[in-house]
Amino acid sequence: MSTKPVEGLQAISVTVNGEDYTALAEPRMLLSDFLRHECGLTGTHVGCEQGVCGACTVRVDGAIVRSCLTFAISVAGSKIDTVEGMAKANELHPVQAAFQEEHGLQCGFCTPGFLLTVQDLLEKIPSPTDQEIREHLSGNVCRCTGYQGIMAAVRSAAQKMQT
Amino acid sequence: MPLENEGEDWRMLDAQYISPRSVAEAVEALKGGGKDAMVLAGGTDLLVQARTGLRDPRLYVDLKRIPDLMALDISSKGLHLGASVPAAQIFENEDMKALYPGLTEAVDLIGSTQIQGRATVGGNLCNGSPAADTVPSLLVLEAICVIAGSEGERRVPASEFTTGPGETVLRPGEFLVRIEIPAPSKGAADAYLRFIPRTEMDIAVVGAAVSLTLDSSGCCEAASVALGAVAPTAILVEGAASALIGSTLDEAALERAGSAAYEAAQPIDDKRGTAEYRRRVASVLTQRSARMAAERARGRN
Repeated sequence: MSTKPVEGLQAISVTVNGEDYTALAEPRMLLSDFLRHECGLTGTHVGCEQGVCGACTVRVDGAIVRSCLTFAISVAGSKIDTVEGMAKANELHPVQAAFQEEHGLQCGFCTPGFLLTVQDLLEKIPSPTDQEIREHLSGNVCRCTGYQGIMAAVRSAAQKMQT
Repeated sequence: MPLENEGEDWRMLDAQYISPRSVAEAVEALKGGGKDAMVLAGGTDLLVQARTGLRDPRLYVDLKRIPDLMALDISSKGLHLGASVPAAQIFENEDMKALYPGLTEAVDLIGSTQIQGRATVGGNLCNGSPAADTVPSLLVLEAICVIAGSEGERRVPASEFTTGPGETVLRPGEFLVRIEIPAPSKGAADAYLRFIPRTEMDIAVVGAAVSLTLDSSGCCEAASVALGAVAPTAILVEGAASALIGSTLDEAALERAGSAAYEAAQPIDDKRGTAEYRRRVASVLTQRSARMAAERARGRN
């Protein structure tokens, strides 16, 4: 955050899952790298690093974004939510629990991105149709298979969150 | 996608960043940065281009903290859409859906949900892709692009903004501030359809936008038709518009409009489809989009 050009290491502050973090980073450090390397929050995964796979999905001031296509400095001061903030104490978030129960994980690499995207979907549309689920998750489905488990998990999470 | 500068980490090369708080500050920053300066809005195209070596900005001028560029205002005069407003904010806006349903659908087609959290209509336009989903809609809605630069502000119709693939009228040091669209007149509505081989996350093979105005008897008083991905830039198809004007949007008029779209399209052969295939899709989408716009317009009379 600057009104004069800056270069080299900059102090960048963000709030992640309710906790304040300040760290030094180059202007072009990606938010994904900032979260992983500077905040030590390695739950956000980096897959393709070019905005295609969705594994790096986080929420910035409520909106889901690709953290690999966002400079950390450009969201300085923002509230960021990552997968680490979903479970409360030892209790999984209903979306996480549903992914576990319905075998929605496969190898699990892309799962953090899926979880945040599904959380965002169910906040906007509490009872989505299959079409709405597929559309919302289109930025996460990549090249593995096993999407039926994910579909089942989203339907199950939607039910859990309404009761 | 080839990573031309793979091996050296582009993120660690010397680069400057600035986040101006006003249009005037942004103009100053771009002036100081010379030809290595580039504006950054959502970054969903620029960061990929920087990573792959396609562009190499050394000063990023972040346009996401300038209130004028982050404003979406709808009044009786029409829409003022700040160049940095994220796509998600646009298509979640109920007034946008009601007044400009075609443009709003086009915005909802940009990338994935996560891309839409950052991506902007301004960036979609300034990136200059012939297949950009929002551009045909901007053309049929007679959008005006308000540009800032060291010489002051100038206004350019959206139909003249893009000059070729990746090329726009923006001069060094200039940037898009907002897009202005007049309020729809009584009985007017728009629609946008695109064709892609899959259902999501792809680039248009063809896109077709139609805006039209129906009088109380259902006769078409005014029409505009634009196509994307069939020429070096999105194009207005006057022949298709004139086929619709004066008609009741009957099958014969729709077919004439489709034929005009077929004739006007100058597509290329590529992996997304042959030129002939694209011409045919342009015809079909023009007719469907006109039908959709007409249905909406009837609901407004």
